[in-house]
Amino acid sequence: MTEVLRVEGLKTHFHTRAGVVKAVDGVSFSLEEGEILGLVGESGSGKTVTGFSLLGLVDPPGRIVEGSIRLKGQELVGADDRTLRARRGRDISMIFQDPIATLNPMLTIGQQMRLVQEAHGRITHRAADARSAELLSRVGISSSSARLRAYPHEFSGGMRQRVAIAIALLHSPAVIVADEPTTALDVSIQAQILAEMKTLVAETGTAMIWISHDLAVVSSLASRLLVMYAGRVVERGPTAAVLRQPKHPYTEGLIASLPSSASPGAPLRQIPGTTPSLLALPPGCPFAPRCARADAACAIRPDLSEIGTQTVACHHPGPSHTRVPA
Amino acid sequence: MLGFVIQRFLQAVVVMAAMSVIVFVGVYAIGNPVDIVIPPDATQDIREDAIRRLGLDRPLWEQYWIFATNALQGDFGRSFVYNIPVLELIGSRLPATLELVLISVVSATVLGVTLGIYAGYRPDSRISKTIMALSVLGFSVPSFWVGLILILTFAVSLGWLPAGGRGETVELLGIRWSFLTLDGLAHIALPAVNLALFKLAMMIRLARAGTREIMLTDTIKFARAAGLSEATILRRHLLKMISIPIVTVFGLELGSTLAFAVVTETIFSWPGVGKLIIDSISVLDRPVMVAYLILTAALFVTINFTVDLVFALIDPRIRARRTA
Ligand SMILES: Nc1ncnc2c1ncn2[C@@H]1O[C@H](COP(=O)(O)OP(=O)(O)O)[C@@H](O)[C@H]1O
Ligand SMILES: [Mg+2]
Repeated sequence: MTEVLRVEGLKTHFHTRAGVVKAVDGVSFSLEEGEILGLVGESGSGKTVTGFSLLGLVDPPGRIVEGSIRLKGQELVGADDRTLRARRGRDISMIFQDPIATLNPMLTIGQQMRLVQEAHGRITHRAADARSAELLSRVGISSSSARLRAYPHEFSGGMRQRVAIAIALLHSPAVIVADEPTTALDVSIQAQILAEMKTLVAETGTAMIWISHDLAVVSSLASRLLVMYAGRVVERGPTAAVLRQPKHPYTEGLIASLPSSASPGAPLRQIPGTTPSLLALPPGCPFAPRCARADAACAIRPDLSEIGTQTVACHHPGPSHTRVPA
Repeated sequence: MLGFVIQRFLQAVVVMAAMSVIVFVGVYAIGNPVDIVIPPDATQDIREDAIRRLGLDRPLWEQYWIFATNALQGDFGRSFVYNIPVLELIGSRLPATLELVLISVVSATVLGVTLGIYAGYRPDSRISKTIMALSVLGFSVPSFWVGLILILTFAVSLGWLPAGGRGETVELLGIRWSFLTLDGLAHIALPAVNLALFKLAMMIRLARAGTREIMLTDTIKFARAAGLSEATILRRHLLKMISIPIVTVFGLELGSTLAFAVVTETIFSWPGVGKLIIDSISVLDRPVMVAYLILTAALFVTINFTVDLVFALIDPRIRARRTA
């Protein structure tokens, strides 16, 4: 296995009038060829901003203030616009949550796929269309050469997301960042797409960062998990290990609030409290105010430390002392 | 689509019929042209003869009926003043207005959309702030005042450009045009700038608002994530996505400027239809007024219809709705 992406100490901050929003504040992880990494956390925890940072597409007033992103060995932090643009689409691409909003309603699918191919070198319309049709059939859109002449509004939401995936795959990038790509879709279509993505990744060797607020979705797909809270990584490790034995109380809370962990009829368990404002984070552990294990030690920000195959940022890593036996 | 065209055509017929009644009755109510057309010292016989000849002795509905049946055959009557067919009179003035209006509306749109996209793309740059300040000026300064200032500056003080008239013309397709000669262009310049300023300001605002909105959408983010260059994103994605309101306003402005370039044509003594209608109102030349207003209504109906067709041409969603 070769490593295609290594992110170290990534910090992306937004300098707003109200103050500095530390949307991503020290995120590290690595990605192997063909691997699916699940990135989970409540909404507002910095998942999308992490994704955009990888592509160098953070909107002002946001900026990568620190850290390193190495894509196939090349450093992207501090690279100029030209270099970044040359990598986008070809070595790393991204798909978004709302497939209705991502495709241009006024261009045909074929035109949009052509534009993406022309972005990285000359190509005849014929060759581009052939490649587009090939990718559409890969993502399960049959009779695809006729579909090239169709407009986005002629497709259902699930189909549009497949088109977006096909576009992201056009240049066979090493990494695809998938930002909640099935959140806006029906559950049945979601399951279909998840299954297809798994095969696709295996076939093409493309590595994927699958972002979701839904641990259930991510754990069915990813071989490793990265749990984010308030812009920081709180836990990292192989999916099976993290699910079986979460070390961080936040991860534990996420697992406990899954519908599958509840006995039928019983109310779902929720993590008490709400996500803190990133503008006014307490100096210590950001999860402390919501944590049953918090004590005086938590006034100091915990560093990441390794426990077996997992890595966790907690002064009192699990298994939980307060867990009531079922 | 064909059903849509037929439906719009029937609507147009109804609108035109209603307009012709309103215009005819309205103009009838303004005053008696006889008092103006015939010298006050004319004898009673001459007066009555003239009234009969002009058909003014018949009841209103009969006058309208005669007018309507003739108009349907393309005959809008003769001008009381010039004693030539009204259509011929308007037709002789139309090219002057047409070239002036087309030049100003088209250049205002091309320049305005370009500046507006720039201002929307880089909203915080100094150039963008200058562009927006200019557009506020274009909105708030009255057109006749700008016209006078233009004449004072470029014609009187600097002596660079002529203050009025059409200048040298050349014949093309049997019509005389100014824009094909250097002298003619020099004559068009000031009135065209005068007409264009307000439209320029409007196009800048429209394009800027659209650009700012579209640039924040996921469509643009997705295009960037796929590695498209900013130039391609602006040309191939953005321009198309902001085009609907721009086409709408372009159509409306084209129509209203063709019909009501009066102020500019008067200030620059541009011999177009605007000046013709003002002159005919002051002498109550009824056939000219009626024909002019009805043709203007027809112009608006045609432009609106064209704009709708263009919508369908550029936006597949609209096309789909109409075929459905
Ligand atoms: N343009 C911006 N200006 C200021 N703050 C922003 C901006 N974009 C994102 N943020 C902040 O960054 C934080 C993380 O956002 P995001 O990455 O979208 O969360 P997630 O994707 O995990 O739901 C949020 O608290 C949000 O307020
Ligand atoms: Mg998000």
